[in-house]
Amino acid sequence: MRIVVTTALALLIGVSGANAGAMKPGEVKIVDGAVATPLTDQAGDPEKGRQWFLGRKLGNCLACHVNSDMAKEPYHGEVGPPLDGVADRWTPAELRAILVNSKEALSPDTIMPSFYRDSGFNRVAEQFAGKTILTAQQVEDVIAYLTTLKEK
Amino acid sequence: MRKLLALGLVGGLLAVGAQGVMADENAELVIDGKTFVTKLKAPADSPFDEILSGWRFRTDETQALQLDDFENPAMISAQYGEELWNTADGADGKSCADCHGDASESMKGLRAQMPKWHEGKKTLFALEDHINWSREEHQKAKPWKWESQEMVAMTAYIGLQSRGMPVNVKIDGPAQEWWEKGKELYYTRVGQLDMACSHCHENNYGNMVRADHLSQGQINGFPVYRLKWQGMGSIHRRFKGCMDNIRATPYKRGSDEFTALELYLASRGQGLSVETPALRN
Ligand code: HEC
Ligand code: HEC
Ligand code: HEC
Repeated sequence: MRIVVTTALALLIGVSGANAGAMKPGEVKIVDGAVATPLTDQAGDPEKGRQWFLGRKLGNCLACHVNSDMAKEPYHGEVGPPLDGVADRWTPAELRAILVNSKEALSPDTIMPSFYRDSGFNRVAEQFAGKTILTAQQVEDVIAYLTTLKEK
Repeated sequence: MRKLLALGLVGGLLAVGAQGVMADENAELVIDGKTFVTKLKAPADSPFDEILSGWRFRTDETQALQLDDFENPAMISAQYGEELWNTADGADGKSCADCHGDASESMKGLRAQMPKWHEGKKTLFALEDHINWSREEHQKAKPWKWESQEMVAMTAYIGLQSRGMPVNVKIDGPAQEWWEKGKELYYTRVGQLDMACSHCHENNYGNMVRADHLSQGQINGFPVYRLKWQGMGSIHRRFKGCMDNIRATPYKRGSDEFTALELYLASRGQGLSVETPALRN
């Protein structure tokens, strides 16, 4: 009996620890093109967000978007619009919606991946099944970074 | 091109990204004095205005390697294919040449029609399937693995016999069902990145995705020598690579799905010259 109790406790702690305050992908609702509530309790870190933006295995945003803030990086893609001044065009809540589910926030036909969805995909490679491309915190970090991209 | 200029002006960025990437738009593929069709006006029912070979999207340096057979590393594989063509194999010790004679006559035009319906087996066959069928049925030899050096070399050698001929696949009759399946696969989103082939190769050809200049995903040059692979690869290997990149579970090489996709892609490149064996980066 004692064993059962401790395992149950450990499980509880484990679960709440891993998701400390993070909204699950299925819980995020886009309303009028925006997600008003941050996905986590911890404010986004723009410096980290810049790294996730660049990371080829993470956001890989530069693969499709020109970004003058990263002029030193080679190979800016031209599949999507340049993200210069993106903070002047969208609120953080709208950026959150775009990142979470671009199909719902931008256009059902868009090539842009949805970075915080974990289901509804077709033939996902095993190692990525049930996973999101970015974690909730990484999404918040990227939003924090995007809000620095202003043209004044 | 206009978009490119505009973006280049905005940030001066593309100049960096594009350096050594964009090729001369008017370059022509000429091998041994013969000009290849790498660009043609698309028919009305095509999703493209112009049908463009993947060669046109490569850098000047990569393009150049395909102009000269002595510099094209893919020719080494085709030469190995020729060797195999003349090598006895199987229970009766027969070579392909013993039955098929001079490949430049017996195999001429075959690649341009691939994949093709097989009357005996009542199914759609890629070139690899035709070869393995004949190895088992006539040569009494073991089939080659899809991506084996032998198979790739033989498809390169047989394909070379159609080099310069226009792609001309049949998509009616019993092939039609396969073509429709291929089309469906082409437009279906897959993987964690949730993209269809069309997102890159139809909606975005001509655009840069990071360091890659997106082409229409034509297959008229396969099997190709790919600098990144440091070797040769089949059409289905390339399909697998694209599916891996979007974090999808690829279909198996030689699967009905990939053969259907191959037929559909071939039909989108109808009229392009066969470039086998081509070179890509
Ligand atoms: C595969 C290409 C691709 C990738 C990768 C990609 N995007 Fe996009 N993005 C697009 C396209 C294309 C659009 C334009 C919408 C459309 O027409 O589909 C877009 C639109 C946007 C927009 C709104 C457009 C604006 O500036 O007004 C934002 C913001 C954006 N993307 C941010 C990002 C961020 C941040 C990342 C990385 C986490 C990213 N994108 C990754 C293709 C991409
Ligand atoms: C013993 C004789 C024999 C040998 C050896 C042989 N084949 Fe065949 N092959 C045939 C016959 C017969 C056919 C059927 C021809 C037909 O139906 O038109 C055929 C068909 C083919 C086809 C389909 C041609 C088409 O137009 O559809 C290909 C490709 C082929 N063989 C390749 C090879 C290769 C490559 C080898 C050696 C690895 C080989 N064959 C060895 C007898 C042979
Ligand atoms: C994320 C974008 C993307 C998607 C989606 C994609 N590809 Fe590709 N594909 C590429 C890139 C990049 C290359 C290399 C440059 C080029 O030729 O476009 C390539 C090359 C190819 C080539 C080789 C073309 C040549 O001339 O050498 C073929 C064939 C191809 N892809 C087929 C497919 C098929 C089939 C699918 C769908 C299952 C697919 N691709 C999905 C990005 C993509």
